[in-house]
Amino acid sequence: MCLAIPGQIVSIDTSGTLRMGRVDFGGVIQEICLEYTPEIAVGDYAIVHVGFAIAKLDLDRANEILATIDQLPLG
Amino acid sequence: MQATDFGNPNHVALLVQQIRAKTTRPWTIMEVCGGQTHAILRYGIDQLLPDSIRIVHGPGCPVCVTPIETIDQAIQIASTPGVIFCTFGDMLRVPGSDGDLMQAKSRGADVRIIHSPMEAYQLALAESNQTGSNRQVVLFAIGFETTAPATAMAIRMAKEKNLDCFSALVCHVLVPPALEAIFSDENHGIDGLLAAGHVCTITGYHSYDAICNRFGIPIAITGFEPVDLLRGIWNVVEQLESQPRNDRVVNVYEHIATIQGNAHAQQTVDEVFALCDQTWRGIGILPQSGLKLKEKYALYDAQKRFSIRSDRSTEASPCRAADVLRGKIRPVECPAFGSLCNPGNPLGAPMVSNEGACAAYYLYQSIKEDKSQDLEVDR
Ligand code: SF4
Repeated sequence: MCLAIPGQIVSIDTSGTLRMGRVDFGGVIQEICLEYTPEIAVGDYAIVHVGFAIAKLDLDRANEILATIDQLPLG
Repeated sequence: MQATDFGNPNHVALLVQQIRAKTTRPWTIMEVCGGQTHAILRYGIDQLLPDSIRIVHGPGCPVCVTPIETIDQAIQIASTPGVIFCTFGDMLRVPGSDGDLMQAKSRGADVRIIHSPMEAYQLALAESNQTGSNRQVVLFAIGFETTAPATAMAIRMAKEKNLDCFSALVCHVLVPPALEAIFSDENHGIDGLLAAGHVCTITGYHSYDAICNRFGIPIAITGFEPVDLLRGIWNVVEQLESQPRNDRVVNVYEHIATIQGNAHAQQTVDEVFALCDQTWRGIGILPQSGLKLKEKYALYDAQKRFSIRSDRSTEASPCRAADVLRGKIRPVECPAFGSLCNPGNPLGAPMVSNEGACAAYYLYQSIKEDKSQDLEVDR
């Protein structure tokens, strides 16, 4: 239950009491509460836990991390 | 579609090499997150590391630390006629002092599995719109700092809509007080710590500085993918091996977690909850380590709404969960592991939840041969 997984925001709906969004988890679309991530936009990746987006995944930073690892010397 | 690949075998191999090159002495590193426990076992990360690095698992599974009294209360409430009891699936088979929620369900209790606290709120909203229904929806609200904002939102919404058919049995626990309790024991034997990335995503990681300084333990805020875990371990090993030591809190989950955390989530948690002393199964009462509903939300407290007995529940079993949860032993070192105790007949909560350390070892030990095949790195 503790797992939080990344999904991509497909659409955002602000017509109700809560800011909600449809999030794509590798082809499975789920309705997620975006109330805690007002900065998140369509196309962004969100980290989702028990029905709530809790953070935005900074893709540029993630790619930088991987690029830095590529630079590591092979033993 | 996958956003990033944090499990690439080449990256894993490169990171393992850095760790090997850095390690000159035995170190014990603790993680405190069920998701990390599983990833470590699932990808065989413990097998890839040099033998001198021992990974132990702290009280990182909220299901495992939910006290037996609370399980007993859950069963009592769920068995009350007219109650719809909503819980995460992992709680169903956690043993109370007499049976579990699954057995209550098979005796006719209306126990429903939810994936978000908002599902319980929605159910209550639907009930309240149904004329003549006087059913009560109860949310079993467990989890760490990561989950508390979701519960807080469900309760805040229930109050906004004046739902009187909704309440929550709250058992939220906080990680830093548990770490303090573990490290306060002189013989804790832990050299470094991987702090759970998603907890920090909510709370930020200011509070970890105090733990790092007070106990002289380097801390890496760490995620859940193989690359995340290895970067965390690498950072902690580097800190441990540096001369002179300069123990710090370092965020290696920097693409997701920030030092401030999620202010919106923190606000809602503060609006709904106050700190309280809390019993941790296998550990005992830890001061200011749990969340309780604030007075203005007391109406939504299931403990108050349902007059439940609170007999002291006792635990009589050879289960060594207390030592597993403090990182003193690994599950395989428990004499009951795999023999008396297995997922079909769990003696303790860590064997029940799929985030429990004992269940993770049991599951992945049996497929050990295939284990390091996904991430082929020669030792
Ligand atoms: S293996 Fe079973 S008995 Fe041993 S500590 Fe884990 S849950 Fe308890």
